Amino acid sequence: MSTSGKEPVAVVGIGQTKHVAARHDVSIAGLVREAAARALADAELTWADIDAVVIGKAPDFFEGVMMPELYLADALGAVGKPMLRVHTAGSVGGSTALVASNLVAARVHRTVLTLAFEKQSESNAMWGLSLPVPFQQPLLAGAGGFFAPHVRAYMRRTGAPDAVGSLVAYKDRRNALKNPYAHLHEHGITLEKVQASPMLWDPIRYSETCPSSDGACAMVLTDRAGAARSPRPPAWLHGGAMRSEPTLFAGKDFVSPQAGKDCAADVYRQAGITDPRREIDAVEMYVPFSWYEPMWLENLGFAEEGEGWKLTEAGVTELDGDLPVNPSGGVLSTNPIGASGMIRFAEAALQVRGQAGEHQIPDARRALGHAYGGGAQFFAMWLVGAEEPGR
Amino acid sequence: MTAAASSAGVLRAPLVVEFPFTRSLGPVQSAFLTGLRERVVLGVRTSDGRVMVPPVEYDPRTAEEIRDLVEVGATGTVTTWAWNGAPRPQQPLATPFAWVLVKLDGADTAILHALDAPGPEAVRSGMRVRVRWAGERTGAITDIACFEPGEGGEEPGAPAQGAAYDGRFGDPVTGIVAEARLDYTYSPGRAQTAYINALSERKTVGERCPSCHKVYVPPRGACPTCGVATTDRVEVGPAGTVTTYCIVNIKAKGLDIEVPYVYAHIALDGAGLALHGRIGGIPYDQVRMGLRVEPVWTEGGRYPDHYRPTGEPDADYDAYKELI
Repeated sequence: MSTSGKEPVAVVGIGQTKHVAARHDVSIAGLVREAAARALADAELTWADIDAVVIGKAPDFFEGVMMPELYLADALGAVGKPMLRVHTAGSVGGSTALVASNLVAARVHRTVLTLAFEKQSESNAMWGLSLPVPFQQPLLAGAGGFFAPHVRAYMRRTGAPDAVGSLVAYKDRRNALKNPYAHLHEHGITLEKVQASPMLWDPIRYSETCPSSDGACAMVLTDRAGAARSPRPPAWLHGGAMRSEPTLFAGKDFVSPQAGKDCAADVYRQAGITDPRREIDAVEMYVPFSWYEPMWLENLGFAEEGEGWKLTEAGVTELDGDLPVNPSGGVLSTNPIGASGMIRFAEAALQVRGQAGEHQIPDARRALGHAYGGGAQFFAMWLVGAEEPGR
Repeated sequence: MTAAASSAGVLRAPLVVEFPFTRSLGPVQSAFLTGLRERVVLGVRTSDGRVMVPPVEYDPRTAEEIRDLVEVGATGTVTTWAWNGAPRPQQPLATPFAWVLVKLDGADTAILHALDAPGPEAVRSGMRVRVRWAGERTGAITDIACFEPGEGGEEPGAPAQGAAYDGRFGDPVTGIVAEARLDYTYSPGRAQTAYINALSERKTVGERCPSCHKVYVPPRGACPTCGVATTDRVEVGPAGTVTTYCIVNIKAKGLDIEVPYVYAHIALDGAGLALHGRIGGIPYDQVRMGLRVEPVWTEGGRYPDHYRPTGEPDADYDAYKELI
């Protein structure tokens, strides 16, 4: 596939913090530093090798630090270098990585550090998302109340049986046990426990919701020459795209937003993928509530409309299925909001580098990273491969 | 349109956004704030030997982690200043004061704080100032109440400048609460003002897009799909159809509604998209997609309190599936 004169982009360093409910031992600077230092160590590079820094996080209200990137410049070795902040709500970790990759692809910079973080314990995201705007009717439900009606709409549209959501949660929580960086490590998890957990926002159960985490994720992206020096196998970018649409508009399809379909189609076109179900070996998709797995399977073209839940039910998306989804445990097991998208992108890269450890999919050659946010408003995706594109 | 004309009749109201954010300090800020509680000012030495006050965790030149904390003086020199003749709430002093940058003795960078001075004529760059410690100190920047003109000596036995700090304080401060507050004046704009005013007459009035003909409720003054202004007002409802819903089983903070209750998306008749509301007048487990409902108002309520079944037959799925 031609990359039409663009510089090939490679992921040569990946670093994450151990995601937990609260990192009281570090400042925000200390948190991002930890992930960045691990990414540099993975790439065997130093701060001096980095030409620019691209950082992302969720809305400033989430921690109450206005423009935190200003204060993080020294922690990230950005002094004297360009530093950019990207902001696309929950999808920000994905779009941040794509902005960084574009700087390399366009030959603006040769080696870029990209990082996303959230220290949710310093605030309350639900408060940050529901400011009491005068004259407006308050939202009558909690966080899950926004999503649960869309899940019910999906169930009605497809006839999916009630148990599918619990299957996803059971799978992702078991996968997380194989990922040392995952937040939730629920030893002794069983399907019965998931199904017995309280129904919070019917049809969403407690065990089918994501946790609130403190964490950061960083990647070092570089050009072909940088990849040649990489001490470990790089992940190559085969396609990346972002799409947006309004949060609410007449005709919006919350179950399968058009922007998500268009974004996936663009990525597949760039990567020369015609049959994503067969040609993609692993998927890290943004599933904050378990039912979003079957919904996104359809939205991303892995299943026909109405058929996504059948893949989940048949075990296709299990770690040993033929289309493993969220081998890392996903957002259901780890959710530092601003970082969650980048963790998806990084975990996809780990798979094709063969470096995913216990949750490695054998011989993964192509993997998709997916992020969305802002009430299904922003979409960001990338497809990475073990081989340089066009080779 | 002039500003006056455009604001005529448009609603406005104060919007206060406030939250007690917490901060985990990390090792360097923890030592700095604990030091203030003990009336000791700490800086950090960078790899090239400069002393930064307040201290930072990473060297701004080399990006190295720096942890070499040193004690500096509680006296220093004003490097620059600005007079604040009208202090706001939450600022360090209630009476007019100078914002100053003070390079403490032994430090290579200046710290921002307030200087208590009788007037701007009493302030100049290069003047000597000293810390006035707060009476009650908790391990926060406010432990320095302010600076005041004069040399050291406020504290007997003031330490030598730049002494190596032995890293030992009992009961270190590891976190602080940072109260944040923002005061806005909020206006919902022309279209939503008309919508809100109509609600006070218990009518729901949207606006139709001249291009796609969808009716927006609430109206925003423009169609987000077509990008054109909407001006044609259309009354919708009062009845509508439940397009989808969830059953809320946990109490949301600040909401005084008994659980479980049904939170629904309701497409009012004639509207191009659904709005949100609570369903009442029917057991929660009997609510269904397609249920026909109408608003129930309470005295003085800006919005319907909830929606209840009309008793009509349920709507066909095909009739509302595009509105889900």
